[in-house]
Amino acid sequence: MNCQRMEKNLIAYLDGKAAAAERHKVEAHLAECGECRERAEQFRLLSGVLDEWQAPPLSPGFDAAVRVRVAQEPARSGFWAWLLPSPRAAFALTALVVLSVWLSSISPSRAPQAVAAQGAEADFKMIEDLPVLEDYDVLSNFDALSYLPAQPATQSESHPRL
Amino acid sequence: MARSDVQLMLDVKAGDELSFELLLHRYRTPLVHFLYRMVRDQAAAEDLAQEVFLRVYRARGQYEPSAKFTTWMFRIATNLALNAKRDSRHRQLEVSIDQSDETSEGRAPSVEVADRQPGIESELIARDRSAMIRRAIEALPEKQRAAVLLHKYQEMGYDEIAKILQCSESALKSLLFRAYETLRVQLAPLLQGGETPATSQGREK
Repeated sequence: MNCQRMEKNLIAYLDGKAAAAERHKVEAHLAECGECRERAEQFRLLSGVLDEWQAPPLSPGFDAAVRVRVAQEPARSGFWAWLLPSPRAAFALTALVVLSVWLSSISPSRAPQAVAAQGAEADFKMIEDLPVLEDYDVLSNFDALSYLPAQPATQSESHPRL
Repeated sequence: MARSDVQLMLDVKAGDELSFELLLHRYRTPLVHFLYRMVRDQAAAEDLAQEVFLRVYRARGQYEPSAKFTTWMFRIATNLALNAKRDSRHRQLEVSIDQSDETSEGRAPSVEVADRQPGIESELIARDRSAMIRRAIEALPEKQRAAVLLHKYQEMGYDEIAKILQCSESALKSLLFRAYETLRVQLAPLLQGGETPATSQGREK
């Protein structure tokens, strides 16, 4: 074993958790390498030194604080429990969102036509009631317009039902 | 006979609140101590530990005994502590300039008292030493720090620590080696032997 291999083996050796074969290899290396021997000895000392850092005791109200926070739980966990075991509901919701996003992304290409068609139709109806109706030129002009967008208008009518 | 962690957790899942209390009593101290050493602040550590227990409780419905209970709990704790640490690092940047370790530690209240009373003096030395250890561990990269705390202070096995930190056992051993090597250098003054008040209870022979 060389010094590099000690990086993977020294800690387990010092913890007394190395397998016999591994332990013998480490011991053989330590016997011949002063630097690693020194490091191993200092690692042992270090373990004792690190024990000096003590954590303070828990504050007396700790358990009560946990209980208070847990007691606030049931309502919330009950709400989520209703949703979580229902993957179908989550799937249906996701599908609905995806579908509506998809529809709104494809509709803009048709929308202007539909709006134009509705606008023309309304214009025509308004004009229909006006005395100008008697003017044949105007009537024929708007008559033509009302027929032209008739096809896109039917397309747009079916759209909101999707 | 005491019920295992997994059994207690399954009982909690079945609606037994008392089993949750038993888990709380079993792990509150190691958990708060671990978190204290991670975030270096007792109030914050207790708050995080409460959050860990809350998450354990919340997850009771989905609990499956696939992983060891402590592995699962300490992974939650480690992630919470690392996130809290990252958050507070930004917030405490200005504060830390005028509130250095020495002042917040409140050490050496008055020199003459220390001279007159040897008990207080040795207490101050001990406090200095643990402040030094704390700072050295604090300065380690976060994964190395968590590894050292779980190995040294929680005395966990390599397989469990590796699972908590999501690395291989081999990688963990290198991680620990590098961490202890850094600490050995940083804490060299404490390793010289002689006046070590609490070292005698340690592992050195």
